[in-house]
Amino acid sequence: MALFSAWMAGLIFGLGLLVSGMTNPAKVLGFLDVAGAWDPSLAFVMVGAIAVAAVSFQVSRTRTRSLLGLPINLPTARHIDRRLVVGSMLFGIGWGLAGICPGPALVLMGSGILKGVVFVMAMLAGMGLFERLERQRRPESPVPIPENKTR
Amino acid sequence: MFDMSHFTPLSALLGGLLIGTGAALLILFNGRIAGISGIVGGLLRPMAGDVTWRVAFVLGLVMAPLLYRLIAPLPELQIDAGYPLLIGAGILVGVGTRYGSGCTSGHGVCGLSRLSPRSTVATVVFMGVGFITVFVIRHLLGVN
Repeated sequence: MALFSAWMAGLIFGLGLLVSGMTNPAKVLGFLDVAGAWDPSLAFVMVGAIAVAAVSFQVSRTRTRSLLGLPINLPTARHIDRRLVVGSMLFGIGWGLAGICPGPALVLMGSGILKGVVFVMAMLAGMGLFERLERQRRPESPVPIPENKTR
Repeated sequence: MFDMSHFTPLSALLGGLLIGTGAALLILFNGRIAGISGIVGGLLRPMAGDVTWRVAFVLGLVMAPLLYRLIAPLPELQIDAGYPLLIGAGILVGVGTRYGSGCTSGHGVCGLSRLSPRSTVATVVFMGVGFITVFVIRHLLGVN
């Protein structure tokens, strides 16, 4: 059941990315090009997504277990550190270069577009590089990333 | 100034509602945050009992175009970047989202929904840098 709901969540999320235009890199770059012919559509994606998600997070905050009885893992990290800022900067550069972020990348791959597959492979290589650097930093005990800390 | 020919507020809003619904399902049923980079990244650091839900979610994402095609032809998916640029961008997105603990979904959608200060900072930073990057490429360097 938990696998089915996770699959369903991914499926609906992916359909939303397709419907919204987030999976069209040309449109994403049009949104990021505020100094050019700006297409503000994608701001509406945020509005719609947050309107629904905010309610569910309010509900989940009042519970300790999910509807399937699983523990609810909400991030507890509070500190704003260099990792957060530098990482987000690197991500912002990559996003601005191609107009593709991780969710749409996977949907583009699923669409059978070769460039989507290549982007996902490069993204996985980047994530693998991160894991490697982390292990070098703390070879004995891999430190969980703040966002993965659970309460 | 505004590009009205490509302005699609309704489909953007509708897609956003679906994205929010996907995130809601994952937190309400699985107790997990729908952060794509974190979910994928966790597969590169597999821990017992923490793998299958990630695979199921990613499969759902990857299969979305298949289901979409049953209903309608896929919308325009135009990737202008060439392969070297795509690979460089992909590596930056991979390293950056893991180092910064999240991407557009985890920080942008879920984090802002939870009013998380960390996610708010992250979202402002990656969006701001995204704006700057496109500005530099298109208007300073004059590429496309």
